[in-house]
Parts: sequence; structure tokens; C-alpha cells
Amino acid sequence: MGLITSLLAITLRAGTSLVYATIGETYTERAGILNLGLEGIMLMGAVSSFATAYYSGSLALAIVVAICVGATLSLIHAFLTVTMKANQVVSGLSITLFGTGFASFLGQRLGPVSNGRYLIGLTGPRFTPVDVGALGKVPILSAILGQDLFTYGIYILIPLAWFYMYRTRNGLWLRAIGENPRTADAMGVNVNRSKYLYTVFGGMMTALGGAHLALAYTPGWSENITGGRGWIVIALVIFSMWNPARAITGALIFGGINAVQFRLQASGTNIPAAFLNMLPYLTTIAVLVAITWWEALSKRVGAPAALSVPYVREDK
Amino acid sequence: MSLVFEKRKSVSRTAIVVVPIVSFMASLLLTGALLAIFGADPMATYASMAKGAFGSWRAFTETLVKAIPLMLTGLGVALAFKLRFWNIGAEGQLTLASIAATWVALYWNWLPGPLVLPVLVLVGCAAGALWAGVPALLKTRLNVDETLVTLMLNYVALLLAEFLYYGPWRDPKGFGFPGTMVFPKEAWFPRIAGRAHIGLYFAIAVALILWFVLNRTRWGFELKVIGNSPKAARYQGIAVERNIMLAILLSGAICGLAGVGEVAGISRRLQQGMALGYGFTAIIVAWMAQLNPLAVPFVALLMGALLVGGDQVQMTMGLPSSIGTLMQGMILFPMLAGSLFTEYRIKRIGAQAVRESETGAA
Repeated sequence: MGLITSLLAITLRAGTSLVYATIGETYTERAGILNLGLEGIMLMGAVSSFATAYYSGSLALAIVVAICVGATLSLIHAFLTVTMKANQVVSGLSITLFGTGFASFLGQRLGPVSNGRYLIGLTGPRFTPVDVGALGKVPILSAILGQDLFTYGIYILIPLAWFYMYRTRNGLWLRAIGENPRTADAMGVNVNRSKYLYTVFGGMMTALGGAHLALAYTPGWSENITGGRGWIVIALVIFSMWNPARAITGALIFGGINAVQFRLQASGTNIPAAFLNMLPYLTTIAVLVAITWWEALSKRVGAPAALSVPYVREDK
Repeated sequence: MSLVFEKRKSVSRTAIVVVPIVSFMASLLLTGALLAIFGADPMATYASMAKGAFGSWRAFTETLVKAIPLMLTGLGVALAFKLRFWNIGAEGQLTLASIAATWVALYWNWLPGPLVLPVLVLVGCAAGALWAGVPALLKTRLNVDETLVTLMLNYVALLLAEFLYYGPWRDPKGFGFPGTMVFPKEAWFPRIAGRAHIGLYFAIAVALILWFVLNRTRWGFELKVIGNSPKAARYQGIAVERNIMLAILLSGAICGLAGVGEVAGISRRLQQGMALGYGFTAIIVAWMAQLNPLAVPFVALLMGALLVGGDQVQMTMGLPSSIGTLMQGMILFPMLAGSLFTEYRIKRIGAQAVRESETGAA
């Protein structure tokens, strides 16, 4: 029981940043926009939140700054792909390149002079697990409750994101935009404005995921702090079949693999780690194939049909 | 009155030349502004970057070293993008090819000396083609989205390489260094100047051949028709699936050649930190070159220069080398915004015209 509890605790901690970004990207993709800029946005969220926390000492301000940075970067993506109708793959990749480069630049430029202007190796304020008193002794429950406030955030975010998408009018419209923007337009939805809105929302959530890494999971800044999580999220969105409630499953599996791998490495072996790490990617391909196949048969689930297709309104 | 975007039948010729140049200027300005904000002198930085990339013969050969894999992957990606097959798996194709080339170089000892290099190149290209063939097969047979499959396969290939140089292929005399043994001399790419190797000739040859095939042969014409509209291609009796499959295998093989060059020409072993994101930068190269094979080598040279220039400012000015990556991303923003002008025609229509077009349509 103790092992399961501690594994669950590590898994939740490792999966938190993934849940934020996955829910964000799920909303973005539902609006028909694929954002491959997640990795760059996450890194920018991490570096900006850490620098803010370091200098101001305020975690709240750090979160606000991360959200603003995420919003700005995704706004560029929205502007390029919605207004300028640019290719979404290329636009997203350029956000990632720019974000990766800029985050690394800032990490070597924003630090104090005493540290050679580097942010690397500094410690700042961080989120610590909530003290739950006697509940901390209860198996399982202690793993769920003994987390930092960021992780508490996902307990609220997941049901909320599901409810909004499947139980509200706006959610219905959102799903319509991704499936058939023309119909949504006819229903009176402002398609392009919604695309902007959900892309920016996705960017904010992704930056929050980055902030969790720098403020709680691996406190501090290092160039490779995301370890490719931004790309894993792209896989997780597919894995959860564009349903925010399922984001938790995928994130937990990925987080769990991380945790198990950590244990394996601690026990001295390195070899199976690479294959273990491959599993998520291979599974994602399998899921993608399965849902495409299933979709062809039943026309029910799967990717938003208008994903990556710019919407050009026919003014006739 | 309102604005209407009309998809152009063919891209605007003026815009195709003007947009990349203006984009590059704009990125210099924007990056310069960022540099100034963070307390660095933009002019001095650019001068140092230019000097680092082109300032001496030695510097230029290092720029070539970075440009060669970008040329090849850029060409491979451009071919795939022509067909609107969004291959973002060049990184994986490059990596798998470098694994295959390493396998030949280190373990196919029975090969007679002079045959090692040709076989190594062929097997490497085949591995690249195989890695591109998986998403191509899934796309043509089951209509599975290729963007995501190619992306996922990047990581599988990178992890496989990691497994090999950490595990069974690790050099026993390498003091724990994550890398294989050095290749025997027969498996080395001859070098032209500095570290620049014959991969450069391959890249230029591929660019010329690809341009010729795409613009002067029947197959190239068929690929263009498919790229413009698979439906129209089908009506004309073109075997769409088979052609996509062939073109993507070729695309993967070209990206694979880049990986072969990296192991046989530069590091002469498989080691950590091989694929430095060339496969992703390749997409920028292809895009900036407007998918024109003849423009790819020049754009790749520019991108290679940004990387080498970035390293240079790190050494001489103490600025982060990531400026190079930052600028690569920055170039694309104005470039992408400009695609509105190359691919769409903007028409201003008044209420009068709207009414006319309505009656015209009715």
C-alpha cells in the first residue's frame, strides 16, 4: 500500500504540468487550431515565472506573468493562423523555435550579476505540498491531498473543463467550430473570434504547466526543464481523444512512466528506460490509427474534422 | 464594403521573392529590438555573428557543416510538403538513418573496403525511407494524420539511438562516454575543407535533380497535380496513393542522407547530441525557400550561418548562443504573415459588387 501511495503521489506531481497543457491544447484543437508551439510556450512559461518569483518573491505574480506570456505567444499563433491564414504546422514550429531560443536567452541574461547573469542554479520561492495533518497518514488519500496548490488546481480544472465542453452552449459551439465551422457560423457563432479565444486559452494553460515545472516540480530554471513535455502533450491530446476529462488518464500514464523510470534508474539499470519511454509515443500512434479506423466505420469520435483548416468565410 | 480573400490559383511571383527578403529584414529588426531591451548592442551582435559565420575560410566551412544536413532535410521536407504531406519527422528519419549507417560501419565487417561507403549510404537512405514509409502507408491506406505520426516517430528513433549508444553499442573503451566506437576509416566521408564533407555534393546534386524531376518530368507534373488537388488528380487517372507513397519514401531517403552525413562525415560515430533539431529547422528552410529545391541550399546556408553565428557571439560577446535559434523562429513570423499575400488575393468589394456577385451566382 505504501508503494502504491508513493507512486501515485509522484505520478500526480509529474502529471500536473501535462494536465494543464493537455486541457489547454484540447480546447485549442477543438476550435480547429493545432498548436505545435507548446514546447516553446511551456519553456517561456517556466523561465518567466521563475524569474518573476525570484525577484518579486511573489508566487501569485509569477503565475500571472506566466499566464500573460502564454497568452502573448499563443496570440501570435492565432494571429498568423486565423487572421493571416498561415500554415498551422509551420507557425506552431516557429513559436517553439522562438520560445526555446528566447527562454534559453533569458535564462542566461535575466539572472543577477553575481551569478554571471544566469538564472541556472538559483533557488527561489516555490510551491510546497499542503500540510493535511492526520489525513497524511491515510493511504491513497494522502497521495491525492498531500500535493501543492498547482496539483489541487487540476482537481478543479478537469471537471470544469469537461462540464464547459459537454454541458454548456459555448462548449457545444466550440465542438461545432472544430467539426464544421460553416455550420457554426450559420448558428451565429463568431468562428474566428472563438478560434482566437481558445488558442489563447490553450497558451495560458500551457504556460501554467511550464510554471508548475519551475515553481513546484523541479524548482528553478534549467534549459531542458520541460524535457520534451510540450511534444508529449500533443500526443496526450490524441490519446484522450480530444476529451478534457480523459486528459487525466494520459497524463497519469505518462507521469507514471516517468515515476517508474525514476525508480528503475535509481536501482542502477538504464537500458529498459528508452523502451519504456517509447511506449507513450507508440501507444499514441496506435490510438491514432484505431480512432481513424473507428471513425471511418462509425463517424462518431476522433479528431475535429476541421483541424488545421483555415476558415475562410464566403461572403456571397 | 468588405475584404474578401480569394485563394490564388498560383502563388504571386513578386511576393515569392519579396516576402522572404522583407521577412529576414523584419526579423533582424525585431531581434535587434529584443537584444536592445536586454542590454546587448544589436549592431555589434550582428557584426559578430556575420564574422563568426562568414569571416574566414574556416568559419565558412563550419557554416557549411551546419548547412549540409539542413540542405538535405530541407529538400526532403520540401518534397513532402509539395504533396501537402506534412512530414515533420525529418529529425526521426535523420536519426534512424544515422543508426543504420552506424550499424553498417561497425558491424558489417564482411564488406570489402571500397564497398563500405556506397552500402552505408544506401542502407542509411533506406532506413530514412522506411521511417517515412510508416506514416505514408498509414496515410494512404487508412487516412491517418501524418503530422502526428511523423512527430511521434521522431521520439521513437531518438530513444532507439539513445538505447544503442548507452547500451549494446557503447564503446567499451569510451570511459562511459555515451557513444559508439569510432568508425573504421573506410566508412568515413571524404572531407572537402575543414569539417565540410562530400555530403555537400550530395545536397547540391539532390537539389538539382529534385528541381528537374519536379519541373521537367511527367512524374513531377503528376506530383504537382496531386499537391494541388488529389481529387482532380484522381479524375485524370493519376495513381494518387502510389505516387504519394513513392514521393514520401524519397523524401525520407533524402532526410536519411543527412543523417548518414552526420555520422560518416562529422562525428564518425553515433553519439549523444547528434540530431540538434535539424529536422525541425528543415521545415523552416523548406518554407522560406517556398518549397523550391533550388532555393533550399541558399536558405540552409543562411540558417547554418545563424547557428554558427550564435556560437560565435557566445564566445566573443558572452551572449547566449540561443540567439541563433531565436532568430530562426523570428524569421518565420513575418514570413508566415506574408503567406497571406503569396497565397491569397485580397479583394475589396463594395455593396454593389456583392449584389452583382449574388445575381451572378444565381
